[in-house]
Amino acid sequence: MSIRRLWIGLTYVVFGLLLIVPLIQIAVGAWSDGAQSFVDALLRPQSLHALMMTGIIVVVVTAINTLFGVMLALYLVRGTWLGGKIKRLLNSIVDLPFAVSPVIGGLMIVLLLGPNTIIGAFFEDIGFKVVYALPGMILATLFVTFPIMVREVMPVLQEIGSQQEEAASMMGAYPWYTFWMVTWPSIRFGVIYGVVLTVARSLGEFGAVLVVSGNIMNKTQTATTLVYQDVENFNVVAANGVALVLAAFSVGLLLLMEWAKKRKEVH
Amino acid sequence: MHIEVRGLNKSFGDFHAVKDVSFDIEKGKLIGLLGPSGGGKTSILRMLAGLETPSSGDIVFHGKRVNDLPPQERGIGFVFQNYALFKHMTVYDNVAFGLKVKKQSKEQIRERVMYLVELTGLKGFEHRYPHQLSGGQRQRVAFARALAPEPQLLLLDEPFAAIDAKIRSELRTWLKDLIESVGITSIFVTHDQEEAIEVADEIMIISKGRLEQKGSPWDIYKEPATPFVASFIGESTIVEDLSELKGFEHASSESGTKALIRPEYIELGKPGEIKLVSATMPAVVKHLHFRGSEWMVELEVGSTKLITYRSLEKDVLHPGEQVNVLLHRAYLFNDSRSWILENPLKVDPMPMFI
Ligand SMILES: Nc1ncnc2c1ncn2[C@@H]1O[C@H](COP(=O)(O)OP(=O)(O)OP(=O)(O)O)[C@@H](O)[C@H]1O
Ligand SMILES: [Mg+2]
Repeated sequence: MSIRRLWIGLTYVVFGLLLIVPLIQIAVGAWSDGAQSFVDALLRPQSLHALMMTGIIVVVVTAINTLFGVMLALYLVRGTWLGGKIKRLLNSIVDLPFAVSPVIGGLMIVLLLGPNTIIGAFFEDIGFKVVYALPGMILATLFVTFPIMVREVMPVLQEIGSQQEEAASMMGAYPWYTFWMVTWPSIRFGVIYGVVLTVARSLGEFGAVLVVSGNIMNKTQTATTLVYQDVENFNVVAANGVALVLAAFSVGLLLLMEWAKKRKEVH
Repeated sequence: MHIEVRGLNKSFGDFHAVKDVSFDIEKGKLIGLLGPSGGGKTSILRMLAGLETPSSGDIVFHGKRVNDLPPQERGIGFVFQNYALFKHMTVYDNVAFGLKVKKQSKEQIRERVMYLVELTGLKGFEHRYPHQLSGGQRQRVAFARALAPEPQLLLLDEPFAAIDAKIRSELRTWLKDLIESVGITSIFVTHDQEEAIEVADEIMIISKGRLEQKGSPWDIYKEPATPFVASFIGESTIVEDLSELKGFEHASSESGTKALIRPEYIELGKPGEIKLVSATMPAVVKHLHFRGSEWMVELEVGSTKLITYRSLEKDVLHPGEQVNVLLHRAYLFNDSRSWILENPLKVDPMPMFI
């Protein structure tokens, strides 16, 4: 009995040390020199720019990921025109980003699309810089987050089965109508959960973006790489300030995630 | 709708699930597809519906080949085995779905839905969700939903499988009446021969991908086309050695001939109960089983075991008792043919009294 208590207690302690204490530390650190220096740290041009870059990346990546993630999930689960072998291959490729370290993912993009490669040079010629610019950063974040939506939606599609959709088609409904009227209401909370996870992941992405962006202040710096630079420069208060903003978002997302998860289970 | 199917085949990979099936269905008929599990009943239904593409063969509705018509344009109502109701829609919205797809006006939809809700006995449940309904009620919603767009053909895949025995027999009489009153051609799949016999105008027996026989329940019972049908429909015992059965001693002249004997082919009586003594043979009662409304009697004639039934009104038998048995007919078959043989010793006694 008491042994069990001990274990439970220990679990809480580990959790506290790992999650809560750092959060408090960040909050305290951000306010340690008073409110003014916290606000100042956030209002630095590079802070605003970095937060804006993060914002753009999150919005674009989430939009693209949601659209194509749901589509790929539909093809993989329902598609009849894809052969079984191709499906299985695609299915395992989807998980690749989970298996590969983000830094390696970023490196692959640099090696493929960097200014010294054929494709990279081509894009540069038509005035579209990929690596060391926003498109590359979006691409890197896309790579890292791509499996999330597919892996959230596929099990839901498998679970609801295709009979409701077949029933709709027997009543004259074509695929687009069937998707919105029949499939979407069943998968939407799975999609919302996937969106929240994608947002959270792209908000916090560091390795892949660092490699691809070159971390140029006021140009290709995101919130996370700015925190990294501030720490490097011993500007702890500023680092804590930006980190606190990111943490606040994360807590918000966490609450949203809980809600989505509950709804997902109900439906 | 008049339906014609010619040389229908379906393969899944290298598995041949439906083999060269052809049949005709007249307008307004209620057809039962009956057969053992895995026989290909669902596959045939799904091909008619357009949910599955035939590997070869033609499906013709009203004289028009529909193989290339998508399910949306076939005008078929389909009731799935587990109903496949839209679970996030109310009963009303489920039934209205097909009408909304057709872009009918709100009033038209309302009128049709309320008519069907009433017809299927779901009044007062319009605003419930499927998970708030009983199995039987869900079943009715599935019917109403399939009937709403006024299909020309109704396909039902084991519509009663998920419902308990008592409500099941209620529901199937209800369904038969409903289909008759709407006058729609219907095909339903079932495992249950009693259900098929009771409800269907015609039965199609499907086994191992083949259509074994199509005909009215009575015809199929009376004249089974294949040994499989004979053994599948009704109860029966197979007798390999005919020499002990009085009147059938010489029937096995063709080698390998076996007999299929139904309980109702056998007349059983205590000594003196059967008039035609010359056609009877002695037998011993082995076991008696009470079957609710009658006795099931296990008999032994020599070394041959037979099964028959006996009314509760007659004298009670006891295990070990000697009785007389008259075998009225037998369904004989061998590898090349099958036929029914009446007992030749059973001369009609009527003329003697005239
Ligand atoms: N999509 C599929 N892929 C591969 N094999 C299939 C597929 N659908 C059906 N089969 C096979 O085809 C055969 C016929 O299946 P079908 O569902 O038509 O049988 P059924 O007569 O409806 O059986 P039951 O009475 O059990 O429902 C079965 O052996 C089944 O395994
Ligand atoms: Mg089936």
